[in-house]
Amino acid sequence: MEVGYFVSLALFTTIYALFSLGLNLQWGYTGLINFGHIAFMTIGAYTTIALTLPNFVKEMPQRLMEQYPVIESQAWLASILKGLGDILPEQVPIVIAVMIGAGLAALLGLAIGTSTLRLREDYLSIVTIGVSEVVRLVAVNEEWLTRGPRGVFNYPLPLAKLQPNLFIKGVMIASLVLVLGLALWRLWQWLLQQPQREGHAPLSPALFVGYVICLIGVAICWWLSFSLSLTIEMPSYLQELVLLMMRLAMAAPLAIVGVVLVYASCRQTVQQLRAQPFNTHLSLLTVTMGMGLVVMFFGALIMGLGFEIKLLGIHIIGSSEYTYKAGLLWLLILTVAVIFWQLERWVNSPWGRVLTSIREDEEVAKALGKDVFRYKLQSFMLGGAIAGIAGSFYAWQLTFINPDGFIPLLTFQAWIIIVAGGAGNNVGTLLGAGIFWAYNEVTRFILPNILPLDDARLGAFRVMVIGLMLIILMMWRPQGLLGKKEELTLGR
Amino acid sequence: MDDKRQQDPQVQPENLLLTAQGLSKAFGGIQAVNNAEIHVPEGQIVGLIGPNGAGKTTLFNLLCNFIAPDHGRIIFNGRPIERLQPHKIALQGMIRTFQVARVLSRLSVLENMLLAAPNQTGEKLHNTFFQAHIIRRQEKELKEKAHVILESVGLAAKAKDYAGALSGGQRKLLEMARGLMADPKLMLLDEPAAGVNPTLIQQICGHVERWNDNGITFLIIEHNMDVIMSLCDRVWVLAEGQNLAVGTPAEIQSNKEVLEAYLGQ
Repeated sequence: MEVGYFVSLALFTTIYALFSLGLNLQWGYTGLINFGHIAFMTIGAYTTIALTLPNFVKEMPQRLMEQYPVIESQAWLASILKGLGDILPEQVPIVIAVMIGAGLAALLGLAIGTSTLRLREDYLSIVTIGVSEVVRLVAVNEEWLTRGPRGVFNYPLPLAKLQPNLFIKGVMIASLVLVLGLALWRLWQWLLQQPQREGHAPLSPALFVGYVICLIGVAICWWLSFSLSLTIEMPSYLQELVLLMMRLAMAAPLAIVGVVLVYASCRQTVQQLRAQPFNTHLSLLTVTMGMGLVVMFFGALIMGLGFEIKLLGIHIIGSSEYTYKAGLLWLLILTVAVIFWQLERWVNSPWGRVLTSIREDEEVAKALGKDVFRYKLQSFMLGGAIAGIAGSFYAWQLTFINPDGFIPLLTFQAWIIIVAGGAGNNVGTLLGAGIFWAYNEVTRFILPNILPLDDARLGAFRVMVIGLMLIILMMWRPQGLLGKKEELTLGR
Repeated sequence: MDDKRQQDPQVQPENLLLTAQGLSKAFGGIQAVNNAEIHVPEGQIVGLIGPNGAGKTTLFNLLCNFIAPDHGRIIFNGRPIERLQPHKIALQGMIRTFQVARVLSRLSVLENMLLAAPNQTGEKLHNTFFQAHIIRRQEKELKEKAHVILESVGLAAKAKDYAGALSGGQRKLLEMARGLMADPKLMLLDEPAAGVNPTLIQQICGHVERWNDNGITFLIIEHNMDVIMSLCDRVWVLAEGQNLAVGTPAEIQSNKEVLEAYLGQ
């Protein structure tokens, strides 16, 4: 497993997390059913790259006239377009382009919102599906605007030309460690309170430390075991199976050590373990795994930025080369951190309280003097703008985009992430994104070696399993992984 | 309308908090409210009664503009409000409750209360950037205020519970307490005693009287005549969307037309 692969995986996960955070604000907090979230991402992505690609916008009027020759017969229109071509800038700085992209996505939200937010909520869901398809079809057909199915490429990427020296690398790594530290601290705080929130005995840190030790043990064994190889000739799926077994065999002892440590760390822990319900253990395990994933991503990223560990002249991990994707991931993580922090502040402010009251019963909010329409619009536009920013990163990550990258499936993947993580919970959304992509990648690489199926069937099988997992999740924990169970039993 | 007001010397035009005249609303072919009027003097507790389907709740909805009236004029606190949006009417100081108590289930009781406070700094998105300290101070003050009110209605112990976990009677109390958080001049209570046990009805009546002493005017829809008799200064009777009678509770009780409307022709 290479660093580059982890960086790509982390990029996708984080982009999906950001994308879903926007939807979570709209649906999880405000109760607006948006089935066309991808439209915001499309607008954000295309706007950003169109504005940063040299001469792309400037030549737009020219291309428009080429695609629709009828325009040239209208002299005044043609002259206006020519004039427009002269005025338009060649290129816009990347930061401003992202902002304009987010702004246009928000404007789309405004347009959808003003026409439908006054209606009942089910209308909104129908309209959003329609709009997202319209946006995609415009991108397919209006070649002057988007180059259509041929797609756009060779657009400028942020930090692509950066040659970081030791100092810049240090700053990058330090900022990441800071974000990681803050994130882990928050998770830790949350975790300690979780059983209490569900009405059980409080959790001691020792229990958690035990879980972490287990996980680290498993992770290290897994990592080390990748150096294993088989010299005996056998079918590839059998070989993979044997390797899997060997890895598990290597990972098991440390896991056992972790468990023993948990029990041995203090007597109180043992009692606590018995006092905790099964659900607490599951959420603990989930969160520990989530934290493990986070640490892994950060580790990969730090290595990708050109950080390496050498011991006595032996190269242990990392590479000295800075990769563009690692830089992009660094930028993305900082962006997500800022947006996440701001979102948390917002939803926990009186403003967020009004949003949740609208989700619960907008008539009540109205009766208490809240301008429901305005708040809905703000939430919808803000969620759209966040998806727009996610779109910019999506385009940079792909380095080539065409309308096929913006199919409605992405909207529903965001829905899966939110439902799995727990609606109305930003941490849950991040966790949901992590789990979704972990599942995606694990099945992509392991399943083909275990199941003797061809690619098309495997693809279908993976989606089936997602559905199955969701059904199980909804039966076992209908509120989502981090949702609050008691909320489900409440009457109106 | 003028002759009615002249009948009652204690009602002077200048201390009318709410007047509505010629209110009409038709749903399709059904005339739910037909040229109805109502006057609520400041500081009083006014009752609104009528048989089921008389259009009382619709009248409430018209007053708050939850449903836009077809015709009519509504003046609240000296200003015409019939064209104002519902939330603006609420901000003017006219707070309503609902026939079936509506609480925000997945918010805590305390959050339900805090939500109601009008014109909070933190409700504006841009203020969350630079006014954080003001928001924090306001939240603290509001929490104290909410606790005082919750204490007075006996819900203080439930402050951290989900509002959806409250019983029916407690929801009624919460809804009224929440309305109080909004600093209303006039509270419209839609059947505050419906589906509530007699002890709690007594409590609710006590609260309403106490709040009325503190200067809040009430307009109450109620079927429970004991509540109307004990609380109200004046009673308006509505039948088939039209005004049937107005007077003191005692007058209304002996009014033949009213009895007929209730017992059937």
